[in-house]
Amino acid sequence: MASASIAAKGVIDLDEHVRRRPFVFVLFSGGATIVGGLIVLAVTLCALLAPWIAPHDPNAQNLAINFKPPSWVVGGDQAYPLGTDNLGRDILSRIIWGSRVAGLVGLSAVAIGGIIGVSLGIIAGYFGGLADDIIARVADVQLAFPAVLLAIAVVGVIGPSLLTVIATIGITGWVQYVRVVRAEALSLREREFVVAAVATGASQARILARHILPSIASSITVLATFEVARAIILESALSFLALGVPPGVPSWGTMLADGRQYLDTAWWLGLFPGLAISFTVLGVNLFGDGLRDALDPRSR
Amino acid sequence: MTAYLIRRAIGALWVVVGVAVTVFVILHLTGDPAAVMMPLESTPQEIAQFRHNRGFDRPLWLQFGTFAWSALHGDFGDSLRHGEPALGLALERVPASVELALAAISLAVLVAIPAGILAAVRRNSLLDILARVFSLIGQSMPVYWLGIMLILLFGVQLGWFPVSGIGGLKHLVLPAITLGLFSMAKVMRLTRASMLDILQSDFLRTARAKGVLPLRLILHHALRNAWLPIVTVIGVEIGSLISQAIITETIFGWPGIARLAVQAIYDRDYPIVEVVVILAAVSFVAINLLVDVLYAALDPRIRYE
Repeated sequence: MASASIAAKGVIDLDEHVRRRPFVFVLFSGGATIVGGLIVLAVTLCALLAPWIAPHDPNAQNLAINFKPPSWVVGGDQAYPLGTDNLGRDILSRIIWGSRVAGLVGLSAVAIGGIIGVSLGIIAGYFGGLADDIIARVADVQLAFPAVLLAIAVVGVIGPSLLTVIATIGITGWVQYVRVVRAEALSLREREFVVAAVATGASQARILARHILPSIASSITVLATFEVARAIILESALSFLALGVPPGVPSWGTMLADGRQYLDTAWWLGLFPGLAISFTVLGVNLFGDGLRDALDPRSR
Repeated sequence: MTAYLIRRAIGALWVVVGVAVTVFVILHLTGDPAAVMMPLESTPQEIAQFRHNRGFDRPLWLQFGTFAWSALHGDFGDSLRHGEPALGLALERVPASVELALAAISLAVLVAIPAGILAAVRRNSLLDILARVFSLIGQSMPVYWLGIMLILLFGVQLGWFPVSGIGGLKHLVLPAITLGLFSMAKVMRLTRASMLDILQSDFLRTARAKGVLPLRLILHHALRNAWLPIVTVIGVEIGSLISQAIITETIFGWPGIARLAVQAIYDRDYPIVEVVVILAAVSFVAINLLVDVLYAALDPRIRYE
């Protein structure tokens, strides 16, 4: 009798396991994640479709129509919904085009930081030894170096360009990955399935690719999401300090820096680019929160 | 504890040395500092003379040796722009930066911890929702944009506060809010999460069942156990204030050390950049060490061997 109930219980457990909800449903079960996902989707679409959806050329100057307020304010023009800047450029078009720089810098910087950080983290955590000590020391140094100051110094020395900005932000971001990956690799190294793989004679490369990397993929994904937000803020900060992307490229940070001089007469020059940055970062953060909850087995 | 402190101090020393090497290498990446430091109209002879006088024509390791040896004696060279010792110029600016940073972090902690506790105790109340929305938005706004909007609203439109420079308390309000808001949002979120964790624990249920008064329950039983992650994040935030201050000081014309550094980078005033980065690293490792020592004071179970 007792064994029958245990067997029945086992069947029920198995059933629950099979009927686990698909990942996408779990991910978007919270309202906040849906809002975050929609914001990220909107920014992505803006970046991809900029040439088709922007109402004007983002760099077309026309001093006859400069400082036009947003369309709902007295003196506004329907053709320029968010107004025009000091050179008569359409602010909405510049914001739409600016999403390209934000997206490009966000994704490439995260890719650079992620590749460096994950590789070093695995070396430090999985192989350990002297390499671990050296990587830990270098990480301490990087942490003690104020990130913005490091970025300014590098860009200041090499000269501002899109590539320098991406590389700099990427290089300042690797430490976070090392911390997370090292800790996980350290504990994974001792787990049964890894030990079993070693015992069966699997090569180091195979163990890393088939067992270690898939196990840490979810933490890396969540971390990378938050790093995208950090990269977008840092890029706009560098552009704001005139050490970011070149003047010809519409970027939210550059728009803010330009608009700052006209704060007392034309508030819309400073308000809208900042809203664009804040909304994008908010969307990425909300999405990252949802992703973390969905990937964390305890919350499923 | 003493042995631990000595080991940590040696580790901290290594970090500072590493930072010094890094900043030195970055600033010499261009190959020839003389070419970028001299005015554009200088003749090749003048540049060569300058290079020789400053020792830039010697091997890099030798230059670093001289730099390190002088730095150990408190001599970081003279500012190229001001002609005075760089260390003195930087130290002059420290009080203004410390004033701003202390104001920002006090503001953040004094608002965030009570608000975080209340949000956790009254979970899903209006206050909790407001606190959660605030910490989300606060962590998404770029510092410099917040500063600009505060200037626009309270400086330009309402005229309540001065928007630039240092002076009395009134000058401190806007920069302190700008610098502190991000940390406030982060500390609030963590205080709430940490308190929520503790409030659901068994020993708290026991304490409640014993009839411990609510205020004593929260402050004595719950908060004491929630302190550790909160102190950690405050430590991290103080460390990151150095980076945030660069932009805040620039926007508000605050005569602090971060603004000096930004100006020095624009001017290619390398001795100043080096000294500021090293001072920042020293304060960063000092704060971290302090936080670790605080752990032991806050949680008697932690003993450093």
